[in-house]
Amino acid sequence: MSTAHTVVEVRDLRKRYRLGVIGGATLGDELKVLLARLRGRPNPLVPLDGGMDAQREGEHFWALRGVSFDVQEGEILGIIGKNGAGKSTLLKLLSRITTPTEGTARMKGRVSSLLEVGTGFNPELTGRENIYLNGAVLGMDRSEIDRKLDEIIAFSGIKHHIDTPTKRYSSGMKVRLGFAVAAHLEPEIMIIDEVLAVGDAEFQRKCLGKMKDVAESGRTVLFVSHNMVSVKSLCDRVIWLKDGKVHMDGPTEEVVHTYLGSYTTMRSRVIWDEEAPGVPELKLREVRLDGLPADGVITTSDAFQVHVRFENLGFGEGEVVPAIHLLNGDDVVVMGSSVRDSLEPTTRFMVGTHEVCCTIPGDLLNVGEYRILVQFAHQGKVVLREAGTVAFEVHSTKRQGAWFGQRVGVVRPKLEWAVLG
Amino acid sequence: MNAGSTGARRTEGDWSIVIRPEQPWWRLDLKEFWRYRDLLVLLVRRDIVAQYKQTVLGPLWHVIQPLTTTFTFAFIFGKAAGLSPPDLPPVLFYMSGIVAWNYFAGVINRTSKTFVGNANLMSKVYFPRLVVPASMAVSSLVSYLIQLGTFLIIYGYYFFQGNDGWGPSPWLFALPALVALMALLGLGSGILVSSMTTKYRDLGFLVGFGVQMLMYASPVIMPLDRLSRIPWLLTLFKLNPMTPVIEATRAVFFGYPIDWGGLTYSAGVTVGVMLIGLMTFHRVERSFADIV
Repeated sequence: MSTAHTVVEVRDLRKRYRLGVIGGATLGDELKVLLARLRGRPNPLVPLDGGMDAQREGEHFWALRGVSFDVQEGEILGIIGKNGAGKSTLLKLLSRITTPTEGTARMKGRVSSLLEVGTGFNPELTGRENIYLNGAVLGMDRSEIDRKLDEIIAFSGIKHHIDTPTKRYSSGMKVRLGFAVAAHLEPEIMIIDEVLAVGDAEFQRKCLGKMKDVAESGRTVLFVSHNMVSVKSLCDRVIWLKDGKVHMDGPTEEVVHTYLGSYTTMRSRVIWDEEAPGVPELKLREVRLDGLPADGVITTSDAFQVHVRFENLGFGEGEVVPAIHLLNGDDVVVMGSSVRDSLEPTTRFMVGTHEVCCTIPGDLLNVGEYRILVQFAHQGKVVLREAGTVAFEVHSTKRQGAWFGQRVGVVRPKLEWAVLG
Repeated sequence: MNAGSTGARRTEGDWSIVIRPEQPWWRLDLKEFWRYRDLLVLLVRRDIVAQYKQTVLGPLWHVIQPLTTTFTFAFIFGKAAGLSPPDLPPVLFYMSGIVAWNYFAGVINRTSKTFVGNANLMSKVYFPRLVVPASMAVSSLVSYLIQLGTFLIIYGYYFFQGNDGWGPSPWLFALPALVALMALLGLGSGILVSSMTTKYRDLGFLVGFGVQMLMYASPVIMPLDRLSRIPWLLTLFKLNPMTPVIEATRAVFFGYPIDWGGLTYSAGVTVGVMLIGLMTFHRVERSFADIV
């Protein structure tokens, strides 16, 4: 088939959820709501805090606010966006797990959706029995499974344990078996939710290869992911969902790049004029990031600097020691460092304005959000501590060999290795 | 861009899946249900196999429970209270009622947990939701057949020991129709309850208890003629749609006359419950994933 031909048509899809208590938890609550409605009073069960969210409307929340797009046959479409942007809602609607409040979506051909691998596995049944059950749940019929059974078992790589109840499987084995079944579905349209983030490197490569095969055989894939690495290596086109709407739709490179650069969590410069944090003798004036990559997107291999400008108004005696703490998204202090690390012990910051600069090396921080806390000590006592300074996010856009997931650990330095024998 | 081409194909026939807000409940997609028949078979198998793994007695439990109940009832209600009919061994009288009731109660109790018990599966993948309660009605049938077999053995034993004029009626061959009636009545009530329990969990607790109460308002415990002196109680019993089914079950085994009027009433209630059940089930299956 050479000419493009639309196989998925989504038109003005909207989904509204009720906030807070969904319906009455008990019949009594439901009666209260009914009574209030009859008297023309507001629903007594809706929480009263008035959020000013764009997606919020009274007691309802619009998870999707008019999403439209087309997908052509054979296209691999990536769907990205922050948590709460509507990705999972869109997936659930297209998978027919729930229904839209307004709008339509139409699809041509057999559709399989994989929101999870191994859905419906029963721990008491053997691997083989679960292949049949899982296959049937995903829409395969018995003869189809019979035909593909050997291939599925071979792909999963757990041939020796195939007649063991799955409750004795490790979680990795369950995932392998689940993906093996899913990979042998033959739908015209496949909807996938980040299943690639599991399994070991070798298995991921196998899965990715299988997905490429699926795509090359002319099938259409809708792939929802947080992982820009896999989106970049798989998709031709990307849709970026933001606040329940399509924010951007275009070629993968372009959309992913804009997406990564758009983070509002990035705060690369903070300046104080009045009400500067500090004590009468010492004021913090400015904290900023410097030496960032031209596009403003920090990746794990980039080095950059943290500048701290401060004013000593009255500490004449004794030394002032500036330091920074790096906190990650979980507020764990990843590390701390003071000027004592590398400056001459004789360096003094006398009365006046000073600026110090600390370099954070590349290949040190792992993917995630970070913020910097600035601290000053005077004669061994902390005199100033300011947490509301710069914040940034470290991204991964490059593949680490065969590995598509995130590296483990709070930090990810590249260490020296040697072969000794 | 390609508005022209999509415009030309506005006919619904071209699209295999159309997702829209409203779907009338009577558009029950039986073709799709049929496509998923393998899933139904596998769910039945899963129920049966998974139930007995790591049990010592396995399917014997199907026999132990009704036998124990039968002997208890035969002793308390039959011997002590003298409620069972004089011309019939109490064990046969009670077991015939209990086996039938167990099937009906089993179907209601199990299908009423359709949504709550399969939330994980249903919030992850699409398939016609009705496959789940239907598979439960079928897997309960296995238990029923084992119990029926046990009953037939005991029945045969008493029959050839000599009987006081009781014996199978020519209508015995219609027993499957009675089973189908019970299955549909149980299934209809079960899906109705399961749809309502997604919103009101209270109902879940009520089901087991309610079904038990319903049994005491049925001829499982005593023949209807024992009630002729208390007309309001008799009316109450007759309102129970299971009453004619239990009566008919005994009628075909022991050669009593069949109450056709009663059976017609049961069938009517079954159709009504089934329709209301399907209607609410359809409403809930479309929004269920948003609630749990």
